Amino acid sequence: MPPPMTEGARFQPASDQSLLVYFGQQITLDAHQRVRRLLCLLELEPVAGIRNLHPAYCSLLVNFDVLKLSHGELEAILRGYLDRLESVRLPDRRQLEIPMCYGGEFGPDLHEVAALHGMTPAEAIELHASVTYVVYFLGFVPGFAYLGQLSEALATPRLATPRRSVPPGSVGIAGNQTGVYPFATPGGWRLIGRTPIAMFRPDRNNMSFLSIGDRVRFMPISIERFTALENA
Amino acid sequence: MSVIQVQTPGLLTTVQDLGREGFGRIGVSPSGAADPISLRLGNHLVSNAESAAGLEMTLLGGTFLFPEGAILALTGSDFGATLDDVTVDLSTSVEVRPGQTLRLGPTRSGARCYMCVQGGLIVTPFLGSASTHILTGLGGFEGRSLRTGDVLKIGSATKSFRKRTIAPQASEHLSLRKVLRVTPGPQIDWFSESSLRSLCEGTYRVGEQSNRMGLRLEGAPVSQRSGKQMITEGVSLGAVQVPPGGSPIIVFVEQQTTGGYPKIANVISADLHRVGQLRPRDEIRFEQVTLETARLLLIEQERLLTSGELILE
Repeated sequence: MPPPMTEGARFQPASDQSLLVYFGQQITLDAHQRVRRLLCLLELEPVAGIRNLHPAYCSLLVNFDVLKLSHGELEAILRGYLDRLESVRLPDRRQLEIPMCYGGEFGPDLHEVAALHGMTPAEAIELHASVTYVVYFLGFVPGFAYLGQLSEALATPRLATPRRSVPPGSVGIAGNQTGVYPFATPGGWRLIGRTPIAMFRPDRNNMSFLSIGDRVRFMPISIERFTALENA
Repeated sequence: MSVIQVQTPGLLTTVQDLGREGFGRIGVSPSGAADPISLRLGNHLVSNAESAAGLEMTLLGGTFLFPEGAILALTGSDFGATLDDVTVDLSTSVEVRPGQTLRLGPTRSGARCYMCVQGGLIVTPFLGSASTHILTGLGGFEGRSLRTGDVLKIGSATKSFRKRTIAPQASEHLSLRKVLRVTPGPQIDWFSESSLRSLCEGTYRVGEQSNRMGLRLEGAPVSQRSGKQMITEGVSLGAVQVPPGGSPIIVFVEQQTTGGYPKIANVISADLHRVGQLRPRDEIRFEQVTLETARLLLIEQERLLTSGELILE
């Protein structure tokens, strides 16, 4: 029998108006499932006084109205929710493809990443494009999806000095994560390519192209195809 | 519809309201006024709902022509405002006659001055809020800070002018204060026992690169005890996070929703508006309080802000 979902949940005040719920201290699919289930349940049955939810790999930050709730009251309510996690019906996982043009000016770090791991750029592309990634959560900036797990054979530390501005659509890797920058922001991930797909579309109902729990593959495309899709 | 014509925009002038809560799950931070209390007071002075959109000016104000006139109030820091060369008092409602020009200059006190007009500023809302998120170009007036030639729409004003000011006890409570009270952060155990104490004993200078996303502090570096690797997690507003170099950063309104730096402390809710009035090179100190004290301070502040005695007519 699997362990009950409440097992190992730990509560930690983050500020006078927020509480962190931790599901262990490791990036695992099990912790991810618990985060996703708790998030889903809190959205289906909102708690009066909760103002914001920030999901992450193995934690959920709950921001609340201090005039309506205390840390202790919120923890008691959340414990009740945790007891019911197993009964939460999650929406079906979507399977999505992100077309991506690797290397060149779009992926200035591809050669270095490949060289660090003793492989050719083509092998690095093959490896990056061969894995189905899970959207662990969206964070950092609007529409930025934290995707795992990147093959250990490609895991690369962040740049020592982050770039001041990364072009939107850039696909980066950091440790064993990969992700797409939706906006021109500062960034320390190693850039290996770019997608013409807009990751955040404020004019759509589903603003974020990706949602927590989605499964994603990158599909290598040529620069000509990139340009055609970009102008489509 | 009445408008405001922007003749000069100032250094960084944006449309802000009280922000958009509830979109952390798609990575959208609330944004909103850096000093929300000043915005709320300004709205009270001109008989708006306190969440109405106004202008947030930073360090240097702009010049604004009101072809149809308006009822407005300036709150927050003193930017030496004049209306057709007559001084405009801070925290007092003013009637602007058609064709008059409001001029603001460099700050004489804190970082930000707010301009609220009766009827509020009208922009296309993004996720239910008028506030500008500069980094991503979302919300506000075309997702950016104002430029010369911009024309802002004012909502319909329905109340006649009455001169209103803020009660002295409220102004006193909201005066500039360079001591920020903090509670321990979620990674307090990652730092040596003396780290939070030395954070509170030291003086820190607000760095030049500070903005609405975060305030970079210069001073004694905060050392971490463990070399543990952080797993990215949600970041709360006002978190004092410590990157490997040891120079703390206060996470602010246009924050990243998640991050991977350990947090030693968190500015209390009742002091967050004071962070919005800090200028580059200001010197600040931290003072540790308990969660319960922080809660009581916020309750007291809210009681003052919602009291019938806040505004004097």
